[in-house]
Amino acid sequence: MSSIFVDANRKQIAGRRRIDFALKLLFLVATSIGVMALMALLIDIITDGIAMVRPELFNNFPSRRASEAGMKSAIVGSLYMLLIMAPLSFLLGVGAAIYLEEYAKKNRITRLTQLNISTLAGVPSIVYGILGLTLFVRELHLGRSLLAGSFTMTLLVLPIIIVSAQEAIRAVPKSRRDASYALGATKWQTVSRSVLPSCISSILTGVILAMSRAIGETAPLVMIGALTFVAFLPSGPMDSFTVMPIQIYNWVSRPQASFQELAASGIIVLLIMLLLMNLSAILLRNKYNKLS
Amino acid sequence: MPNEALRTNSPKQLVNAAVKRDHGFRNEKSHVMDKIMPIALFLCAALSIATTIGIVVTLIGETYRFFEKIPFIDFITGGKWSPLIEPKSFGIWPLICGTLLITVIACLVAVPIGLASAIYLSEYAPKKARSIVKPILEVLAGVPTIVYGYFALSFITPIIRGLFADAGVFNALAAGIVVGIMIIPMVCSLSEDAMTAVPRSLRDGAYALGATRFEVALKIVVPAAFSGIVASAVLAFSRAIGETMIVTLAAGSTPKLTGNPLESIQTMTAYIVQVSLGDTPHGSIEYGTIFAVGMTLFVITFLLNIAAQYAARRFREEY
Repeated sequence: MSSIFVDANRKQIAGRRRIDFALKLLFLVATSIGVMALMALLIDIITDGIAMVRPELFNNFPSRRASEAGMKSAIVGSLYMLLIMAPLSFLLGVGAAIYLEEYAKKNRITRLTQLNISTLAGVPSIVYGILGLTLFVRELHLGRSLLAGSFTMTLLVLPIIIVSAQEAIRAVPKSRRDASYALGATKWQTVSRSVLPSCISSILTGVILAMSRAIGETAPLVMIGALTFVAFLPSGPMDSFTVMPIQIYNWVSRPQASFQELAASGIIVLLIMLLLMNLSAILLRNKYNKLS
Repeated sequence: MPNEALRTNSPKQLVNAAVKRDHGFRNEKSHVMDKIMPIALFLCAALSIATTIGIVVTLIGETYRFFEKIPFIDFITGGKWSPLIEPKSFGIWPLICGTLLITVIACLVAVPIGLASAIYLSEYAPKKARSIVKPILEVLAGVPTIVYGYFALSFITPIIRGLFADAGVFNALAAGIVVGIMIIPMVCSLSEDAMTAVPRSLRDGAYALGATRFEVALKIVVPAAFSGIVASAVLAFSRAIGETMIVTLAAGSTPKLTGNPLESIQTMTAYIVQVSLGDTPHGSIEYGTIFAVGMTLFVITFLLNIAAQYAARRFREEY
């Protein structure tokens, strides 16, 4: 009698173990799909485009002939945009984060602002393009300029920067602030000389990641009217401009195979730039982790 | 100041000097900063509110002007969208249908794979596997959408056309699958966060009763983290609706009411890009369509984001 029970029990346990093993494999396969997708993407782009990564790509302006076309104006345009956008979004984003974490009273308005920021982070980027087109290009008469594009992108990345900076500031222990107050420092002295220096590298990490998101963003700038065929370098913030993703978009949407290869080579350059930015963010994070 | 204090003998003057000196400890500059900075910082935070107001006002303003020319009822009930070619008609449904088709395909790809990856990472994976897979998913999340668009056209579309003979060069399936790949990391990391937040003691209790790993994962951890998982799926859905460049490149530009994923369709976002690339004069009806479609897009994603936040709170298990 009892041996039957034990047998049934063993059978049941073995069955459950088999299901466990099968599901483990299933989950592992699912996880590897994401990894394989990235591999496929990289291999596809590198095999298509590596032959076209040559000096002309960096030295030439766009051309009707794929053999002569380059993305000099796009690379420079992206860098200029970064130059305007980075300090602006850093100041505004970190400022808002400091306000929300250190100054704001815990009331309804603060909660509403917080909710608003997380909702803004979920607004599709093309809607920011519509805002930029109406507000900066038309109402403020900036035209289809570098400045209008940079402002639009600043608004786009602000929610990301604010949220990551808030997390960084929140991670600073309260004892650090108390120590500063105990020495007689004022609120701003505490914030600027004690809190910020201790979390500046993790704030910067978040800012760099947000910048790398902006560098790859296409849709809002298409709306703003960043041109697809720019055979000059922008000479000032009010000049028209193009950026790397838009140049790539222009090349991808052409039917000729040679332009497809050119697009792939442009993507390689874009990805390398993003890789460098991400790498610097990781190095910064590691350095910070070692210090504390 | 100290010399001054030494020269005088009156105690009152000594005290006055001391008070003066103590005031000197608070340097004037920081005193000014303590007055200015709270206001300046508040303005930074207020910019986010201003952005929202800006978005709503621009969308409503131009959309209102659009509906003065085109009846709202035609827009919301019409089954044909051809605002650029005569005879013009302004029914939004073909664009919504195209958007939903892409979004549903994307979620069918991303939610099961993302959820399974999250379960693997939080319940099964050894530390070493986690430290390899998580950065890879982060990289996947950081790939620009234009790159995914190229990937869809040059890699996925040929495969689909090889499998299904009647698939077009531009089809909803290829675009949907790639949008799905794009949002896998989002589903995975948000659900994994929710699962990691489930307390260790709940798992230990189940293990003590003799449960296997998958029983713990599916009967304890997933139900306990359900709110976070639902929220991640809703956010992924909303993200897929707003995705622009992949669908512009790979899904085509022919708005139609169809459920066939092998056909060329057009989404709301792709339509907005199409119009803004052309030379549409400011103030024309075509120009107004951007805002009407943009408004529809904004309202849908806004409601979904609110729903995700509600789901995260409503279904929260107390533990």
